[in-house]
Amino acid sequence: MDDSQTVDLKEPALAAFLAWLLPGLGHWYQGRRAKAVLYFCCIMGLFLLGLYLSSSRDKCLDGPGTIGWGRAVYFSWRDGDHRLAYLCQIGVGAPALPALIQANRMANHRKVWWNGLMAPPRLPEAPLPDGDPNADQPTPNDLYHMDHYFELAGFFTMIAGLLNVLAIYDAWAGPVASAPTGKKDDEDRSHA
Amino acid sequence: MHELPLAVANLWHADFWYILPAVAAISLVYAATRHERMQPILLHAGRVAVWILGFMFAVFVVLEAMNWWV
Repeated sequence: MDDSQTVDLKEPALAAFLAWLLPGLGHWYQGRRAKAVLYFCCIMGLFLLGLYLSSSRDKCLDGPGTIGWGRAVYFSWRDGDHRLAYLCQIGVGAPALPALIQANRMANHRKVWWNGLMAPPRLPEAPLPDGDPNADQPTPNDLYHMDHYFELAGFFTMIAGLLNVLAIYDAWAGPVASAPTGKKDDEDRSHA
Repeated sequence: MHELPLAVANLWHADFWYILPAVAAISLVYAATRHERMQPILLHAGRVAVWILGFMFAVFVVLEAMNWWV
């Protein structure tokens, strides 16, 4: 970074929380508007691309419903379905939080919202009482048969969450100082 | 004679184009954590993107060569 430039981080803890809550929001709060827009566009663009790629109107293989929307982002910690990818995806903050609501509704046998957006898949092995409100939800078998786009969407959304961790650190502590190589930061020093 | 257009068509529809938004986002965010102004960010992001794509192309060449020889 340019050592001659000081960055006003205001309240770093609040900025870091805001940066987690919505990519770029912490930088916007600090007045670093250009970086806020850059972080928001890059991270949310990647996240939304992942949601789009894991959406489908195709019929489920094991049920009467359709695949639905944004299936790559979901939380599940059940026997046979431990979704570790969500630990990365939650780095995006509020945009990934609907997955927790959907997981809670699924666990309590209540109908999931928003056409299954970010809802965990229905486990066919689990005992399904008559009138299960989520009987139309896809199973893991349905998701892994969405060609390869389910994995690709998982990759995009995980990368988005991990990139936001970098943005959170940037909001907390400012730009990371590069090693003084004499060449890498020439463009910075030329503006000093 | 018809192989080249077919190869171009396959290239156009190949899924590896999906790597471009990922590389763009990764390089821009990485560069933004190291600089504060937009011009150095973009220059650094360009270098990172070229490095990533070059590394992946090198791996691609090695794998293609192994596939050809083995």
